[in-house]
Amino acid sequence: MTSSLNLTSPTYNYKIVRMFTLATLAWAVIGMSMGLFIALQLSFPLLNFEEFFTFGRLRPVHTTGVIFGFAGNALIATSFFVVQRTCRVRLWGEKLAHFVFWGYQAFVIMAVTGYIFGINQSKEYAEPEWYADLWLVVVWVSYLLIFVMTLKKRTEPHIYVANWFYMSFIATIAILHVVNNLAVPVSWHSTKSYSVAAGVQSAMIQWWYGHNAVGFLLTAGFLGMMYYFVPKQANRPIYSYRLSIIHFWSLIFIYIWAGPHHLLYTSLPDWVQTLGMTFSIMLWMPSWGGMLNGIMTLNGAWHKLREDPILQFLIIALAFYGMSTFEGPVLAIKEVNALAHYTDWIIGHVHSGALGWVAFITFGSLYNMIPVLWNRQSMYSIRLISIHLWVATLGIVLYITAMWFAGITHGLMAREYDANGFLVHSFVEIVQAMHPFYVMRALGGVFFLSGMLIMIYNCWKTITDDSLPVRAVGKGTAA
Amino acid sequence: MINHEKIEKNSILLLVLAIIVVSIGGMVEILPLFRMETVIEPVKGIRPYTPLELAGQNIYIRENCAVCHSQQIRSLRDDVTRYGHYSLAAESMYDHPFLWGSKRIGPDLARVGGKYSDAWHVAHLSNPRSVVPESVMPNFSFLMTRGADLVDIADHLRVLRLLGVPYTDDMIANAYNDGISQARADGDAPGLKKRYGDKVNVRDFDGQPNFVSEMDALIAYLQKLGTDVDFTTFDPNMDPRDQLVNPVPEPAPEPAPEKGK
Repeated sequence: MTSSLNLTSPTYNYKIVRMFTLATLAWAVIGMSMGLFIALQLSFPLLNFEEFFTFGRLRPVHTTGVIFGFAGNALIATSFFVVQRTCRVRLWGEKLAHFVFWGYQAFVIMAVTGYIFGINQSKEYAEPEWYADLWLVVVWVSYLLIFVMTLKKRTEPHIYVANWFYMSFIATIAILHVVNNLAVPVSWHSTKSYSVAAGVQSAMIQWWYGHNAVGFLLTAGFLGMMYYFVPKQANRPIYSYRLSIIHFWSLIFIYIWAGPHHLLYTSLPDWVQTLGMTFSIMLWMPSWGGMLNGIMTLNGAWHKLREDPILQFLIIALAFYGMSTFEGPVLAIKEVNALAHYTDWIIGHVHSGALGWVAFITFGSLYNMIPVLWNRQSMYSIRLISIHLWVATLGIVLYITAMWFAGITHGLMAREYDANGFLVHSFVEIVQAMHPFYVMRALGGVFFLSGMLIMIYNCWKTITDDSLPVRAVGKGTAA
Repeated sequence: MINHEKIEKNSILLLVLAIIVVSIGGMVEILPLFRMETVIEPVKGIRPYTPLELAGQNIYIRENCAVCHSQQIRSLRDDVTRYGHYSLAAESMYDHPFLWGSKRIGPDLARVGGKYSDAWHVAHLSNPRSVVPESVMPNFSFLMTRGADLVDIADHLRVLRLLGVPYTDDMIANAYNDGISQARADGDAPGLKKRYGDKVNVRDFDGQPNFVSEMDALIAYLQKLGTDVDFTTFDPNMDPRDQLVNPVPEPAPEPAPEKGK
């Protein structure tokens, strides 16, 4: 297929991408505000209002809000954008795409309102009950169908790398979701179900799911985003195509094995624990391969990093990705895990990935994509993007530093013995010691959320201010 | 990559290969665990939850207690000194799903049973800071005013039996009554003890003798946690043929044939 300019942007289905983009922004505010609120609840327990607004019920509202609400919508938005542009074809399934949009929002709303009313499976990141889970299967399979059918009717001979990552993320999430949520409801009109697996098996399946929700939704999916938007924003080809191939297959193969590192020293059989730890350490290599492939794309264009805050978002995201994919294997080593497990170090690790990598790569991508979607030359204010960048970075640094302090303090206090062989600290002394760190963490959250609100304002102005210059056709319309 | 181009040009091939590649790890790690006898050590005394305890566990799940409290004592010196014998796989074999948790904002609860009095639990759950001033736990005083959810508890037992929990017909037929009688102030519940064993706690847990509240259910559950296995006689190297995973409690043999009561 010759790439003669037979295609222009109007033939793409941008409407559906715009809808998912707005949903991304809305869920970001909801999910992050809830995160800040529950952080404050841990600092000031009087903020718990029984029975509906306790930490236990609101914590999954935060996690579902940011993982499925914010990250999920961002992935669907960008995947629909990228797949159309790299395949040079309009999205397959006009009506089905709208079904996926409303069906997906309905799923997230069903899930989070359920938690508040006490409907919850108590499986981390898989809290929704059976009826919501079934609904998500229908929506998710439709999403996969749209994606694959669009690939099938592409006019470009090659499937672009970003789409490999997106497709493996969509397919794997479907498998993980179905297997981990196998359950038998008490009756057809009961919201309560019992998970098919129990005890050890249930734990293993849950963390196979939990770890790979991180591995595929929060990593592979966002690597798809990275493989499109980093080269796009830098206006350079990806550093190494061959490295992309190695990165892709080794990442998806190795990730799946790493789940048992969440269960070290537990009643899970030792051989599985050791296998999980070994593969977690191996995972370091493909992760850094991908990070380097992204960062080295700037080869020959490093000067752009100085003036372009969008590129700064994307590259800082890769730096955080590199940092947390190094921290992860370290935490998976049994001896380190003995200290860090059950402490806030893990919470800090998750957030250096979630805020530093997932949110930053999303912000960078959205700042690149929104002007295209709404036909503007650029965002309303480049300066506000820069302010967002630094406010958010400050927030992350406060957050993860607080959690390192908290986690290591917790781990050391828990294992401190006196000369006679007695434990030095009761548990409640650990709780007390956490207080200043929890306040500091909440402050980090305030900064991060403020950055998000600046972004909302910037997007709002970009979309509604019709005096902004219209996008010049030609440059950048082709993928 | 000699022929990678073939994959790059065929979306279905790419999809199928990706699915195969991601399936391998999960199958290797998960499937062998379903050969139970290699995973769960033989141990005496593990019994299914009574109906009231099960209702309590469902409150524990509803309030998402597991996000702050683990139920898994690791085989590490400080975990064992602080909380007791490390957790055995058998001890959570009837938990659908497992409730091991991943974070200790509060202490581990795997062996909290019998550690505190019922009155302490009532005070603590109603307002944790009344007994532990530094606590960051929410208040759950509304549990006192709400009836334990026992109306359809027999259906719950039935579903769990379908999933492999050894509830007998007798247990299911008497589920509601067993749930109510476990909270009797006079401790008189011979049927319940016959079905679930003599160690079952029968008493008025919440101090409201004429009302079986959610507080009763939750405390009955908490007071049971970690108390099944007698660690003074526990032998980790016990011959499996001696005491294969023994789901049915010792004193409750097969349901007696005289059923028409």
